[in-house]
Amino acid sequence: MTLLSVENLRVTFDTEAGRVEAVRGVSFSLGRERLGIVGESGSGKTMTGRSVLRLIRPPGRIEADRMTFDGQDLMRLSEREMRALRGPRIAMVMQDPKYSLNPVLRVGDQLMEGLRQRDRLGRAAARAKAIAALEAVQIRDPERVMDAYPHELSGGMGQRVMIAMMLIPNPDLLIADEPTSALDVTVQAEVLRILDDLVRERGMGLIFISHDLRLVARFCDRVLVMYKGRVVEELAAADLLNARHPYTQGLLNCLPRIGGDRGPLPGLDRTAPWAQEA
Amino acid sequence: MALIEIDNLSVTFTAQGRQVRAVEGVSLSVPARESYGLVGESGSGKSTILRAICGLAPVSAGTIRIGGEVLRHDKAFVRRVQMVFQDPYASLHPRHTLDRTLSEPLAIHGLGDADRRVMQALEAVGLPTSFRFRYPHQLSGGQRQRVAIARALMLEPEIVLLDEPTSALDASVQAEVLNLLSRLRDERGLTFLMVSHDLAVIDHMCDRVLVMQHGRAVEELTRDALAGAQMKTDYARSLFEASADRMMG
Repeated sequence: MTLLSVENLRVTFDTEAGRVEAVRGVSFSLGRERLGIVGESGSGKTMTGRSVLRLIRPPGRIEADRMTFDGQDLMRLSEREMRALRGPRIAMVMQDPKYSLNPVLRVGDQLMEGLRQRDRLGRAAARAKAIAALEAVQIRDPERVMDAYPHELSGGMGQRVMIAMMLIPNPDLLIADEPTSALDVTVQAEVLRILDDLVRERGMGLIFISHDLRLVARFCDRVLVMYKGRVVEELAAADLLNARHPYTQGLLNCLPRIGGDRGPLPGLDRTAPWAQEA
Repeated sequence: MALIEIDNLSVTFTAQGRQVRAVEGVSLSVPARESYGLVGESGSGKSTILRAICGLAPVSAGTIRIGGEVLRHDKAFVRRVQMVFQDPYASLHPRHTLDRTLSEPLAIHGLGDADRRVMQALEAVGLPTSFRFRYPHQLSGGQRQRVAIARALMLEPEIVLLDEPTSALDASVQAEVLNLLSRLRDERGLTFLMVSHDLAVIDHMCDRVLVMQHGRAVEELTRDALAGAQMKTDYARSLFEASADRMMG
């Protein structure tokens, strides 16, 4: 069943220096599965994720032939209808807890805000639900974390708090933008496992945005590879090592490997025909 | 005699009356022209060791010797040991042109011929000499890290301390910067002490690696032992197994 379907998505910024096209004709569809979007900085992967929530501020402009979520046309919804969708139906986990949590509010108040405003829960009920959400992301001492300010948490804890916050309303689609890039490898593995369990248990769709091709291949079912605002290759994660596009191959080969020879690493040839055409 | 000898180093910070032991009893020695890696998670104390060598963190116990002499942070030290920081956006002065950034160490140390040396430095790190009067914000992340490397090499040091030099960069740019570091090391006979959280990067660059956790040394591995997964401690093994590149057949 298709949850989200995007056809010919374009994101354009009209700046003083001229038009900048951040996303140029991206199409994909997503069921209740894990879709990875990979690319380097500036490839348009984050813009693609934000477009689904229509979270792009002017002068940025979103255009698409079609963008439907669960039968609703995202391009035609009013701002009020969009707001009803954000959070309860489609949620987004941002990259860096340092910048995405409110630094002057206690974690508990931030977690409970939605429950109190949207779901009209009483303080005690909201607190109980927030604590349950923190437990679901394996935070050992939820009471303490509830009363902590974001700066008192480590990066891994902050990231888990953000995931907990997004999962409280039980969304159908979760967009995770580099959710583990700021984390240590062992914490990263833990956060991925939590996300994986949630996708499986709750039957969520997941869009996992990352610059890390190998990580995405390991974690997702399907991968879109983006370069300069376009999808250059789409493939099943299991087939990644057989990628055909020179950009995908380049991204894979330029990473050092444990036990590899120590010769110069192959760089990306940005003057090659594929890069010029893009 | 090793070029860098660290014996039983401890670094303790006092924050709000509480003592935080960032590094506890770490020893290591690096012969000239070897590259030595420090790997571990955030808070393991790996960067603190580099900072202690530079005098940016307080040494509470133990000794650091460079070329057999007990560390003194004077001008001579700066000529021998230089550092490249993690974040090229933060480590370059935003209102200084590359020319000023690169010629400042020359002026401080009374070295002449600044013109030629700045141009040579730009060429050595693969930047066009036309960038000379640009500001950091006019450069990409990879180009900025090249400037930081050029600055570290202005005084022709023997030892370069590298603190996560590529972790803020895209994979393809990381490859270019690692290649640049390898080339400069070979050309100039440099000794690297490099910190990274990425075992694959450490393996690519270093002859030996020290795995750290909670401020302590866990295990020292040669490159062969790392590639052959011959680690003795569980922690080193768990780091090895969590490394993303291991997961791809």
